[in-house]
Amino acid sequence: MSTAVDVHNLWTMAADPVEKIPAPHIEYAQLSPTLIVIGVALVGVLVEAFLPRRSRYYVQLLLTVVALAAGFAAVVGLAAGGFGGAKAHVAAMGALAVDGPALFLQGTILLVGLVAVFTFAERRLDPAAHGNRVDSFAAQAASAPGSAGEQAAVKAGFTTTEVFPILLFAIGGMLVFPAANDLLTLFIALEVFSLPLYVLCALARRQRLLSQESAVKYFLLGAFSSAFLLFGIALLYGYAGTVSYAGIANVVEGRPGSVNGALAGTMGNDVLLLIGGAMLLMGLLFKVGAVPFHMWTPDVYQGAPTPVTGFMAAATKVAAFGALLRLLYVVLPGLRWDWRPVMWGVAIVTMLVGAIVAITQTDVKRLLAYSSIAHAGFILAGVIATTQDGISSVLFYLLAYSFVTLGAFAVVTLVRDAGGEATHLSKWAGLGRRSPLVAAVFAIFLLAFAGIPLTSGFAGKFAVFKAAAEGGAGPLVVVGVISSAIAAFFYIRVIVLMFFSEPKPEGPSVAVPSPLTMTAIALGVAVTLVLGVVPQYFLDLAGQASTFVR
Amino acid sequence: MSFPLLTATAVVPALGAIATAAVPAAKRTAAKWLALLFSLATLALAALVAVRFEPGGDRYQLTESRSWIADFGVRYELGVDGIAVALIALTAVLVPFVILAGWHDADPLEGKEPNRRWRPTQGFFALILMVEAMVVISFEATDVFLFYIFFEAMLIPMYFLIGGFGDRAHAAGDDEAAKQRSYAAVKFLLYNLAGGLIMLAAVIGLFVVTSDQLGSGTFSLQEIVRARGAGELTMDATTERLLFLGFFFAFAVKAPLWPLHTWLPNAMGESTAPVAVLITAVVDKVGTFAMLRFCLQLFPEASKWATPVIVVLALISIIYGALLAVGQRDIKRLVAYASISHFGFIVLGIFAMTTQGQSGATLYMVNHGISTAALMLVAGFLISRRGSRLIADYGGVQKVAPVLAGTFLVGGLATLSLPGLAPFVSEFLVLVGTFSRYPAAGIVATLGIVLAALYVLVLYQRTMTGPVKESVRAMPDLRIRELAVVGPLIALLLVLGVYPKPLTDIVNPAVQQTMSDVHQKDPKPELEAAK
Repeated sequence: MSTAVDVHNLWTMAADPVEKIPAPHIEYAQLSPTLIVIGVALVGVLVEAFLPRRSRYYVQLLLTVVALAAGFAAVVGLAAGGFGGAKAHVAAMGALAVDGPALFLQGTILLVGLVAVFTFAERRLDPAAHGNRVDSFAAQAASAPGSAGEQAAVKAGFTTTEVFPILLFAIGGMLVFPAANDLLTLFIALEVFSLPLYVLCALARRQRLLSQESAVKYFLLGAFSSAFLLFGIALLYGYAGTVSYAGIANVVEGRPGSVNGALAGTMGNDVLLLIGGAMLLMGLLFKVGAVPFHMWTPDVYQGAPTPVTGFMAAATKVAAFGALLRLLYVVLPGLRWDWRPVMWGVAIVTMLVGAIVAITQTDVKRLLAYSSIAHAGFILAGVIATTQDGISSVLFYLLAYSFVTLGAFAVVTLVRDAGGEATHLSKWAGLGRRSPLVAAVFAIFLLAFAGIPLTSGFAGKFAVFKAAAEGGAGPLVVVGVISSAIAAFFYIRVIVLMFFSEPKPEGPSVAVPSPLTMTAIALGVAVTLVLGVVPQYFLDLAGQASTFVR
Repeated sequence: MSFPLLTATAVVPALGAIATAAVPAAKRTAAKWLALLFSLATLALAALVAVRFEPGGDRYQLTESRSWIADFGVRYELGVDGIAVALIALTAVLVPFVILAGWHDADPLEGKEPNRRWRPTQGFFALILMVEAMVVISFEATDVFLFYIFFEAMLIPMYFLIGGFGDRAHAAGDDEAAKQRSYAAVKFLLYNLAGGLIMLAAVIGLFVVTSDQLGSGTFSLQEIVRARGAGELTMDATTERLLFLGFFFAFAVKAPLWPLHTWLPNAMGESTAPVAVLITAVVDKVGTFAMLRFCLQLFPEASKWATPVIVVLALISIIYGALLAVGQRDIKRLVAYASISHFGFIVLGIFAMTTQGQSGATLYMVNHGISTAALMLVAGFLISRRGSRLIADYGGVQKVAPVLAGTFLVGGLATLSLPGLAPFVSEFLVLVGTFSRYPAAGIVATLGIVLAALYVLVLYQRTMTGPVKESVRAMPDLRIRELAVVGPLIALLLVLGVYPKPLTDIVNPAVQQTMSDVHQKDPKPELEAAK
């Protein structure tokens, strides 16, 4: 490679004189999980354009499932090939890392995506409109709610099959996000997965105004946080003269590479580093939903179509925490003494606010949103540990949490009344009498959220708290335990409501789902119990995957 | 490897729970018999444990050890000492009676036939067996983490038992009763969960301490005790005290010790009598047992440091529980407050740090289990006949139902520790053990006995003697099933009251071992000889 690589990388190479452009060296095999997913997403767009409407659903479903399964197989292959450990390295001219955490998180995201696709494709829950089976998504997203166009679309039995390629694009971005090894890749990955999510949020079939409102909120706040992130990137570039993680880390540790003449005046200026780093953290904390950047979470979780909420709650967290880990452990370890106190504060506030505000919620989806905020706080406690154990515990927690979340939201899609999903908690009264199995399954998920032993939630919570305590964050553990106790209150309240209240005569009924949703829920329960009772294999896996390449 | 007897003792009731839950809705009676069968099988296994246990042998016997979660330093380690054997036996003995006593408690109400999927009867008995399995494994676990898991997990079936199956004294569809019941269940769960979560912080702290000093974290009780004895593991006073408090808090909630006791009267009052017995006679024993096994052995110095405060709390429990029992108008709440008083005695015996005190406390756990079961279950039979828990609704029952009244009296006399009945032996030992170290505490505790006589005899007098009230005139006497429950319990009380030696032989070596772990000697060795 030429000397220019010190400063330039995949993104800035074009600025060099023309004759010096070397063909970028791309390790296609190692990037295959992402390439497969994005490639199939593009095929999915073509399917939308050229295939007749009636066959699109099946083709798209098949394509998506195959793409995600193939992507997962590729991740497993890479991990088996040693890229998670000995052969871990930085690929695509420094743009992407192929290492343990990246592969573990990519695998998790792909599995989460796979399960989410099942809930996306569910077409038995909503009563058939004019004889056509429909899913949770708007008949025709472009027609205004309540308009004649919408009615015509519903009558014609349209369904929004483009959700599948949109989902794949989002997953593609999420795969890159935790693997991104320079700041520009990070930003582009962020946008690649955020934009499809904004769109997905707006696509609910019922309560479309609420759904669109949530999308607009998410988009505006998301764009705001992206701007922060981008500004932070610019400042860090000014500080280090490079956007590559390793390059910035070197400068932070006082070993600058070649000095870029144009930046000689600003390079090494700590003010730029601190402000830039803080802005970068803000961008990422927004995505994980940490307090005080959490305001979007409840509205978006409530308004978005429930399958989307489930996917978003699980996969976005995985991707964003992955990126946060890499940023803190690879780029800014030299700055540890500066960011740790701040992150302590964020973690404490996140745990407490999430748990306390959740108590007052009356809507299942908002309740789960606040619970996800509290959980973000627990995960942050592990992030702060800055040890190998910290990384592996966060990886394990993310795996455990995402399947509980997916399962819980999948159950939410089942409880329905005439107006669609009955998400108001009062309507869940007596569900245990009417449908003991569904209520029992939801109770298992709630107990896992509450961190009751023998569920994955407990193993995960124990892992992050243990890592935090070993990393010298004992007070965080105490706060974590207190917020767990508070959080237990509202999880238990829902269980009380389901099992100990008399069912209301006009209460909702539980729709019988197709095997798709059943598979999703069954997988959620299975993973929850397996990770709770015999977590050792997965802890080992996370432990092996806990070394970042630089 | 030999047959894993301890695992089997816990697995059999768990399998029973699954089998019972799987019985189809229409086959209610089959589910009951199945549950009884499994509880008897557990009893047989527990008897085998007691027989195979050699009182003079190793500290922990019938041990099993397997790797479980290596990352957390958690092993699947089981082993029993004499104290655990006694309590496993208690659990295994009581559960069949609990099942038998609750035979009709979860039947569908008149005209409210459950639908195909809602099977409360099966659920009731499955949950009881599930609680039994978890309690048994908590008594067996010698790994702190393993213990913690089941200590916490048993809350969930217990919670559904309290909240899901109310007292039959209330008519169906009584909204106020349903509210009270769900309040009691939530209170039970939140108190215990909060205690458990604070213990979790201490468990994590223990792991950090051991992994710092031993190289790799461990939760093995034997390993930690050994390392502390060998000086490989040291804790500074503050750390040890904080960890001790974390553990003790959880156990004090469970036990329950004043001022963390307020969940117990609600839980016992609102649940059915058999479930109330399960709470106070079986589940709560895990709390006092864990003080003896974990608090004292893991944190001997901190235990000594905390003793004065704990002794005072125990005394308050004894007097306060007894006083409130005197003032109760509700039979079941009366028994609950009496239990709080008795748990005060148990904690007092443990922290008196004398051999008699701790032997007495262990015996007390067993005897209190049996005597409270007898009293509470008869009270339950009484309540189911009249449909009221209020003392004022009864009067003159002994003329109408003499056997019921007689068994109630025996249960009551056992509760007030009449000589000749089992609880007397243990209460006497606790008091002797306390006197030898804290004479003042012993004197105060004796007051508890006087108050016990008061609340028991007044209860008997008001409900059973006097003119026959109109509402109890047609009250039938005990049925065969009910006699089958009460008879053996009373027989046990008599046998253990006259001849407690088999029990003390098993318990004493374990207590002496615990005392030496805490580096405590009896203050007056001559008492030992006098015994």
